[in-house]
Amino acid sequence: MVTNMAQKKKVITTVVSQAEISENIYDLWLETDLSQDAKPGQFVALYPSNAATLLPRPISICEVDKNKGWLRLVYRVAGQGTREFSTYHSGDKAAVLGVLGNGFPLEKAEGKRVFIMGGGIGIPPMLQLAKELDADKMIIAGYRNADLFLKEELSENGKLYIATEDGSVGSRGNVMDAIRENDLQADVIMACGPMPMLRAIKQYAAENKIEAYISLEERMACGVGACLGCVCKTKEVDHHSHVNNARICTDGPVFEANEVEI
Amino acid sequence: MNTKVEIAGVTFKNPVMTASGTFGSGMEYGEFVDLNKLGAVVTKGVANVPWPGNPTPRVAEVYGGMLNAIGLQNPGIDVFIKRDIPFLKQYDTKIIVNVCGKTVDDYLEVVEMLADEPVDMLEINVSCPNVKEGAIAFGQKADSLYDITSKIKKKAKQPIIMKLSPNVTDIAEMAKAAEAAGSDALSMINTITGMKIDIYRKKFVLANKTGGLSGPAIKPVAVRMVYQASHAVKIPVIGMGGIASAEDAIEFILAGASAVAVGAMNFVNPYTTVEVVEGIEEYMRNNSVTDINELIGAVE
Repeated sequence: MVTNMAQKKKVITTVVSQAEISENIYDLWLETDLSQDAKPGQFVALYPSNAATLLPRPISICEVDKNKGWLRLVYRVAGQGTREFSTYHSGDKAAVLGVLGNGFPLEKAEGKRVFIMGGGIGIPPMLQLAKELDADKMIIAGYRNADLFLKEELSENGKLYIATEDGSVGSRGNVMDAIRENDLQADVIMACGPMPMLRAIKQYAAENKIEAYISLEERMACGVGACLGCVCKTKEVDHHSHVNNARICTDGPVFEANEVEI
Repeated sequence: MNTKVEIAGVTFKNPVMTASGTFGSGMEYGEFVDLNKLGAVVTKGVANVPWPGNPTPRVAEVYGGMLNAIGLQNPGIDVFIKRDIPFLKQYDTKIIVNVCGKTVDDYLEVVEMLADEPVDMLEINVSCPNVKEGAIAFGQKADSLYDITSKIKKKAKQPIIMKLSPNVTDIAEMAKAAEAAGSDALSMINTITGMKIDIYRKKFVLANKTGGLSGPAIKPVAVRMVYQASHAVKIPVIGMGGIASAEDAIEFILAGASAVAVGAMNFVNPYTTVEVVEGIEEYMRNNSVTDINELIGAVE
């Protein structure tokens, strides 16, 4: 299991810019030294300023600009906390806990044929992965409709295949339909998206005997491995819990698909 | 200026502890705060054997607080003794081990295994609302609380703290039962049983349906119960429930708490414990308090 060696901390960041790039989906750049340690597949947790909404919101890292010291988060407004974040403007301050989680194991995929698969709001973390990974990259993105956020940037970092639920662009259906329709083959899969998509990928990877790394999510409280709120069932007894419960925030969020029961 | 407090013969460098279940065994938060600065680390509950805990979702946010139904997931006492106690012994802080069980014998087994371990006190969890058997069944009736307390007290080598549930009609009666059975101290409050429903999916937010409410939302209830219990018994009371700042901690101490614990707010601000320690010192300086013990129960 990959561990995050950089020290975690809670810091005050400055909003560089924010824009709504799709319906209810926001593109937020933060200036923070957390950017120096951030790896693809890791996440940060943003704190709402309203004291009635206490807990930090885990959000995956979409892109990192180490030179400028910027971190990019692309998130969907899903409730009170994210609604507050969506009102942030350039110059505003935002409290952030980071950098959290393990990230994708790039070394497992270097030089190989790789599916980089994202579904819905699971697409954003695949951008930094596509940028950093040196491999034969097939990026497969599943959208609801023709509102294709991040499409241009993804296509600059690999061969992009699109699936849409309404069939308006690319393959009709989901990311698995795009694989079949384009007759794609890979040695390794890295994926983030809704649970039905991750289950389908786990099954596909097992049937085709390929390695798959999937990024999971669960309701979290602490984000640092203390509260045991965000566990997932694991095949083997893990080193921390001794009861087949890995912590998504700390042991994950990225797991080898056959290690977890989803 | 004296910030030391004594509970059942154990001296704490300051009255600030961690609330069980919110701080693991200190490893995770050791990245954020210097554990040497804390009065004590109170560990996540540990049973005689590993417990898998409840299904997810286990946590939910509510207005000014959170619900949890972790279900006392723990690796069991064997792993705990090998891994967690040696980790904590590296620090100059007191170690209080929270003990849970499904039957009286489960508790006794853990207590006996800890007998020769370098831990300072045992906190007996008879108030977790999230497990079906044991735990809270012992903590909601005065006679069963008396029974388990006296059995544990006979076996325990370290002083014991009975952790009381707020989900009772009369907290003073429960406090008196624990004291009469020989408990050396009390801690309160554990979480208040709550529920949250997703109105769009028409489903319970927590897989366990109910969960324990914690965070600032419960603080007034906790302060009231600490006041009532500490005035009903002579043994010391450790107060907790939504403490977010030194001001909150002082409020509990004035109500009658000899020490306090920071719980859910660790998740909100991982530096809370040490900020409370420093804030108490600042309060003492600004208000010419030379000894923290002057403040215990000093509300008029």
